Amino acid sequence: MSAVLRTAGLSKRWGAFYANRDVSVAFEQGARHALIGPNGAGKTTFIDLLTGTVAPSAGRVYLDGDDITTLAPHRRVKRGIARTFQASTLFPSLTVLESVMLAVCEREGRGGAGWRALASETAASSEALAILDALHLGAESDSTTRTLAYGKQRLLEIALALATRPRMLLLDEPAAGIPAKESVEVLGAIARLPREVTVVFIEHDMDLVFRFAERITVLVAGSVLAEGAPDEIAADPRVREVYLGEIPQGEAPLA
Amino acid sequence: MAGSAERREPPRRAAAPAPRRGSLSDGRWRPLEVAFWAGTLAAYFAFPAWHVLGSQILITGLFAVSLDIVLGYAGIVSLGHAAFFGVGAYVAGLLAANGWHEPLSALGAAALAAAVAGYLASFLVVRGTDLTRLTVTLGIGLMLWEAANRASSITGGVDGLSGVTLAPILGRWTFDLRGDVAYAYALVVVFAVFTGVRRIVSSPFGRSLVGIRESSTRMAAIGAPVERRLRAAFTLGAAIAGIAGALIAQTTQFVGIDALSFERSAEVLVMLVLGGAGRLYGGLVGALVFMVAQNGLAGIDPVYWQFWLGCLLVVVVLFFREGILGGAANLAARARGRRR
Repeated sequence: MSAVLRTAGLSKRWGAFYANRDVSVAFEQGARHALIGPNGAGKTTFIDLLTGTVAPSAGRVYLDGDDITTLAPHRRVKRGIARTFQASTLFPSLTVLESVMLAVCEREGRGGAGWRALASETAASSEALAILDALHLGAESDSTTRTLAYGKQRLLEIALALATRPRMLLLDEPAAGIPAKESVEVLGAIARLPREVTVVFIEHDMDLVFRFAERITVLVAGSVLAEGAPDEIAADPRVREVYLGEIPQGEAPLA
Repeated sequence: MAGSAERREPPRRAAAPAPRRGSLSDGRWRPLEVAFWAGTLAAYFAFPAWHVLGSQILITGLFAVSLDIVLGYAGIVSLGHAAFFGVGAYVAGLLAANGWHEPLSALGAAALAAAVAGYLASFLVVRGTDLTRLTVTLGIGLMLWEAANRASSITGGVDGLSGVTLAPILGRWTFDLRGDVAYAYALVVVFAVFTGVRRIVSSPFGRSLVGIRESSTRMAAIGAPVERRLRAAFTLGAAIAGIAGALIAQTTQFVGIDALSFERSAEVLVMLVLGGAGRLYGGLVGALVFMVAQNGLAGIDPVYWQFWLGCLLVVVVLFFREGILGGAANLAARARGRRR
């Protein structure tokens, strides 16, 4: 088992407050790895540290064994780390298709091309349409992003991340705001991604977590409380204490 | 079961890989655009007595378009854009006053000098927040103004640079006092540069600038080098401002130090906002309305014209928050909605 991405003693401190404290986690190749924990446990900060959006106060981040702690966010994307954001951060005035095409163009190194119209990038547009279709967004491709329903905006977040062809996909509450039936579909589509793609997701819905995660890390107050297979986590008395019995008893992972 | 119908669509689309156009701009000129440029050409014949003002409107419009790249597209607020206009004006003016009388090569030199100045300034500008950007651009503008003022032996200081003499354009057309050649020259150059800008804003680069303006975090998260893109946009905007400055110097055969002034930076910003930022034609329309109003009001009320001009600006921007073009687009959209 080899870790694609791992952290060593990662900490983020704002003044006296530790959002993350001494977090060492390894994500194995092809994992479907959930990050759970109560609100304010530092899950999003941890993703921000992994993607370079926020600089750590201490500790290191390794991708394929290389130290990427100080690598700029867009360079990490080039190395295969993609993410979604908890609150939708999209391009309100661009169309759905344009947005995904931009991500494809950046991946292909054509994002700085300044003379031919984006519309004439036919390879990028067919690829973008294929991604949108896979997420049932095909019918919305010509809609302006700001007119999309919230649930569809969440899907567009995922489409943008997929368009970078990540090896490491970090999803910050991908199913939040999506109707329950669709959220199963969305996470199902993500879980079915080829095993070359390692998936890490933050999720509050424990049904979804235990349905799709094969490994779970529990963060509490910025530190790792427990890590293990879903049944180990479900049986862990410390985790049960934090969650006050929220975790379904004896449920086996399905995936 | 609309959902399942949609799901069956992809194979059909894969068979015809041509992208659906829809809202994607594919570079074809729309009827309104053709009408606009036909109008600028018709104005040459319709208003022969106004060629001097007309050429200044076109050139100032191009200057506002250059700010649109920086502000409207890339979202970099600037209160010192005249710095690059002034660099272009002085380069073209100094060349012509010191023995280099050929106008087109001087235009190129001015663009290059302004681009270099913009590129250097961009490192200071793009890193900050809106407020620091405002302050830094303002400061750069003030410094350049003072430098031109101090170097009065070269620039003529506050008296301005005179002795700007130009050879005929392409050896054929000599600049005349009525402004006939000036208008035609300005129109050709402005149209050519605008066509280039128009291509650029619909390219992946141009769309990525809009992306950065709307969410730079997300742009970085899809792998875009945000700061490099912004520096490129700032440099491009500076180069085009330099061309506009050079055109003013050449068509008026004079460079006043006000080419570098804060007032000019502020005025071009007002014109762009008036016309509509981020809409490509906003700068041209804003310059046209602003300068025609300025000229007309000064004729009607020579004492209080600035009051009426201010009044016009406030009213337009209050009613059309996205400028004249934004307001027109909203009205058109509403009219279409009602017809349905």
